[in-house]
Amino acid sequence: MTEVPQDLRYTRTHEWAKFDADVATVGVDDYAQNELGDLTYLELPEPGTTVTQNEPMGVIESVKAASDLYAPISGEVIESNPEATNAPDLVNTSPYQQGWLLRVRMSDPSEANNLMDAGDYEKFLEEQGGGH
Amino acid sequence: MVEFAGWYMPVQYRGIMEEHRTVRSLAGLFDIGHMGQVDVTGPDALAFLQYVTTNDISKLEPGVAQYGMMLYPDGGVVDDIFVYRRPTGPGFFVVINAANTDKDVAWLHEQRQQRQNLDVTVTNLSNELGMIAIQGPKAESILQHLTDVPLSSVKYHTAVDAHLDGIPCLVGRTGYTGEDGFELYCPIEQTGQLWDRLLEAGTPEGLQPIGLGARDTLRLESRMSLYGNEISAEINPLEAGLSWAVKFDKGDFIGRDALSKQKEQGIRRRLVGFKMVERGGVPRSHFEVQVDGKSVGFVTSGTSSPTLGENIGLALVDRSVAGVGKPLDIVIRGKPVRAVQVKMPFYKRPGA
Repeated sequence: MTEVPQDLRYTRTHEWAKFDADVATVGVDDYAQNELGDLTYLELPEPGTTVTQNEPMGVIESVKAASDLYAPISGEVIESNPEATNAPDLVNTSPYQQGWLLRVRMSDPSEANNLMDAGDYEKFLEEQGGGH
Repeated sequence: MVEFAGWYMPVQYRGIMEEHRTVRSLAGLFDIGHMGQVDVTGPDALAFLQYVTTNDISKLEPGVAQYGMMLYPDGGVVDDIFVYRRPTGPGFFVVINAANTDKDVAWLHEQRQQRQNLDVTVTNLSNELGMIAIQGPKAESILQHLTDVPLSSVKYHTAVDAHLDGIPCLVGRTGYTGEDGFELYCPIEQTGQLWDRLLEAGTPEGLQPIGLGARDTLRLESRMSLYGNEISAEINPLEAGLSWAVKFDKGDFIGRDALSKQKEQGIRRRLVGFKMVERGGVPRSHFEVQVDGKSVGFVTSGTSSPTLGENIGLALVDRSVAGVGKPLDIVIRGKPVRAVQVKMPFYKRPGA
């Protein structure tokens, strides 16, 4: 079963975001890490970089494929997770906890409404044939 | 599951890294029924094969298997193949790549047609045979459960006829992983039974089914070529570092003149092995290779090596930049990322 925590919001490209005032923590979800397979490489934006919702902001690479990472919300990157970049398989084993990728200071917190909640995302995954 | 050369095959069962490590430390089972097989028989079978392949078939004793290639007249590669002299009975058994089965069979028939004076029959057996590989340190002990034939007496690159769980098979000590192991050929309708018996016998010893993803990482670490990547109609054996499988003095064969000429003129491109020394991603097929900002070639195959924990690859580059220890820049997502050329194979099993 794909894990979809109820307190997060999700993109159609399988990133998740968790909100705490105007700071969002961002990562890729259980569906993404399972589809990609053994992760070997992460390219994340440096602190200070501006990211824009739905635009590519980095790269995630597994043994079999490389994939773009898309920003779930717009804002300024304040932190990236060095443990994840040094050991990308952390994202396979703990995509929602230790495998978080970025912390972003949001430029427009209302953008959170553009994301799917857990229920909608689970339906979305089923339509994709991926809610298994 | 993905489409591969017209077949529906698994990229992985549990995970590429886990499967890779299982083959290197225990044993893995590969369903390779997509590969092709051809029978070459008749009084002139040897003469015919000598003419259409690069290696010296006359050296084969009964039961011996040999790697070689079929070439186009210009020296480009039609396919890389394994030729077996059958252990019992006359004739030769040729194993060919899945992606090239139709092309190879057509090529052989065409060459056969052009030589009406030769008494040789070429038969496509691909649809009648199943093929399974069992590879890894435990492969022999697991396979031994299924046969009375003492497998320890089957030498590397030889084959025997044996009944495996009562199924008549050709059992070859060959493989595409760099580990000890066997490739098994059986009647296609009994492949499922053979697969099930092997898993039954091997699972207690750690045997796992292995997908295409790990098949690629295993062969790349062992520096084995993949047709379409390291060799092709555009990349000849001398460029690919496979001159050991080309026997110029065995007599005439298709492509010999063209290759001889190139050898005299000097081979301008060379296949080299490299590992990434800078963080920047995984090298992949067709990525550009640069030295000092100038394009010098391209990556033929690349991956994350599970055994080495490094990103490795093979590249076809201008001979002027080739050399163990010399640097290369692999262009990954628009950025040149530093690599260094290394000795091959990247991995060699202990005792090999």
